Amino acid sequence: MSDNPALRESYLFDRATIADIQRAADVGIYRIRGFGAKRQLPHFDDLVFLGSSVSRYPLEGYREACGTNVTLGTRFAENPLELDIPITIAGMSFGSLSANAKEALGRGASEVGTSTTTGDGGMTPEERGHSNKLVYQYLPSRYGMNPDDLRKADAIEVVIGQGAKPGGGGMLLGEKISDRVAGMRTLPKDIDQRSACRHPDWTGPDDLEIKLRELREITGWKVPIYVKVGATRTYYDTMLAVKSGADVIVLDGMQGGTGATQECFIEHVGIPTLPAVRIAAEALQELGLHRKGVQLVVSGGIRSGADVAKCIALGADAVSIGTAALIALGDNRPELAEDYAKMGTAPGFYEDWQAGNDPAGITTQNPELEKNLDPVKAGRRLANYLRVLTLEAQTLARACGKSHLHNLEPEDLSALTIEAAAMAKVPLAGTGWIPGQGF
Amino acid sequence: MAKEIDLTDGDIRALNTVLQRRDGNNHTDFVVDNPMGRHAVAAGLTDDVAVTIKGHVGYYCAGMNQNASVTVEGNAGVGCAENMMSGTVRVTGDCSQSAGATGHGGLLVVEGNASSRCGISMKGIDIVVKGSVGHNSAFMAQAGNLVICGDADDGLGDSIYEAVIYVKGEAKGLGADCIEKDMTDDHRAKLKDLLDRAGVTEDPAAFRRYGSARKLYNFKIDNVGAY
Repeated sequence: MSDNPALRESYLFDRATIADIQRAADVGIYRIRGFGAKRQLPHFDDLVFLGSSVSRYPLEGYREACGTNVTLGTRFAENPLELDIPITIAGMSFGSLSANAKEALGRGASEVGTSTTTGDGGMTPEERGHSNKLVYQYLPSRYGMNPDDLRKADAIEVVIGQGAKPGGGGMLLGEKISDRVAGMRTLPKDIDQRSACRHPDWTGPDDLEIKLRELREITGWKVPIYVKVGATRTYYDTMLAVKSGADVIVLDGMQGGTGATQECFIEHVGIPTLPAVRIAAEALQELGLHRKGVQLVVSGGIRSGADVAKCIALGADAVSIGTAALIALGDNRPELAEDYAKMGTAPGFYEDWQAGNDPAGITTQNPELEKNLDPVKAGRRLANYLRVLTLEAQTLARACGKSHLHNLEPEDLSALTIEAAAMAKVPLAGTGWIPGQGF
Repeated sequence: MAKEIDLTDGDIRALNTVLQRRDGNNHTDFVVDNPMGRHAVAAGLTDDVAVTIKGHVGYYCAGMNQNASVTVEGNAGVGCAENMMSGTVRVTGDCSQSAGATGHGGLLVVEGNASSRCGISMKGIDIVVKGSVGHNSAFMAQAGNLVICGDADDGLGDSIYEAVIYVKGEAKGLGADCIEKDMTDDHRAKLKDLLDRAGVTEDPAAFRRYGSARKLYNFKIDNVGAY
């Protein structure tokens, strides 16, 4: 990079764009990577809380209680999922992640009383053993899917899409297909494993309703069934999923992470989490089920307790984290700078989760690299992080005078940009204006 | 003596509670009358029991079956025996789409025809169809055997992995990466065993074998025309 001020970088063809074009010309194939959207998008940072003053009174920090518990799956399930905090761990597969990483996620989540989630490829005994509350994903590929594991789960999540790639399916590259991963998925070792974009035995909401009933029959109507969608046509997707019989809607905004997806997909498909959460909440309100029948879990770019609190204020019952959880385990940490440098990257920039050579031992199936992750220590780091998120969210809620996180509401928020005001449907700061809703 | 259950006014939840023996019953033979096209009939069975369903069923009959022997004396809707793990499911009539989808084991016998996507993403199940199958059957099929005694519509075995397809009639068109392969004595012996287990009288020598060319197993730009 030159520091000559006479050299003016093009806004349209900036260095990253030029590098992308050169890379495409060199290799003739699109870029597949992990992580999530990197472009700037309207997000929770564009909202602020209106702390209490004369017109509202706050609750005393460290003294007056602010509840954080949430119950998911109250609609049809005999055993709804009771969580101590409204922050869950999103679905990430064994295969994409190492066994140690899955164990660490289970340990961390269990320590603070929340759930973790399987992913494509099925349930491992370690994961079940270390997760007090485990959600079992039911995906289009049905890799590793079996009714015994289904019955061991505390909830079932029927995955229709994810925020990083709604409508896109997935690909686990051959570099990460160990003997164990291959065996669990009933596929040869070393091949690139395609995860289908559509379920093989149902199409559309009418079929989905029948499918959900079948899953309930197989599990004796005991556990909740979530339906997960990537944020796109969120109003209709929420409505149709509810009418199909979902207990919980899991909504993943376009900032949601991925283990391996085409970059053009990550950056250009779906809508941000900010508008999506509000749209889904409104759909539930229209059905008379918001906060009293069907729960809404939202993911996609949750990083801090402020994000958690804002997301809940906009209508989520709980949030889910993936990328942030991996960072908490040890992804992108500065101590690995030398290893990252060998791969041409650096802490804070590492995104090649698809490649299988993660020096942190998280997104790999290499037995030697996997040893770099101590699941006990990493689990403790995740638990610490989840506690911080919870404390931060409580602090903000108390400042708004709320005795439970679920008492937060859009009225507690103000937007810093016109875009955020329009998407979150809260007034632009200093005005009463919500774009699209008149003056 | 078989326990007989009439579904005319009964609900599926109560039926499956009995068939799954979650109510503590010790019956090993069940007869279900008047299924009336209901969905998820005999889904999630785990025990070595025999269930005879006298009439047509809807979606996901015998879904995720383990150990049980289920016979449908009629036609079956979408996803019959989907994700079956073990046991046997026999349909005396026709099956709708996605019969045996994602099945990991066991034997599905369709005495009539099976519609599109029969054996889609199959993972070890054996499927024997006495009639013909619809388009895109054995799509992304990973393991197991699909035996088609009649014809197969377009897109047979598209993106197939290690599953094996036997066709006696005409394969109208093969999907991406699916090719005809040599039929050896070993394959004829395996096919004979499958036909015998299914109770189907056919000459194994009359069948052709199809499977994966394995050219799409790794994503290569040279194969872009096939994607």
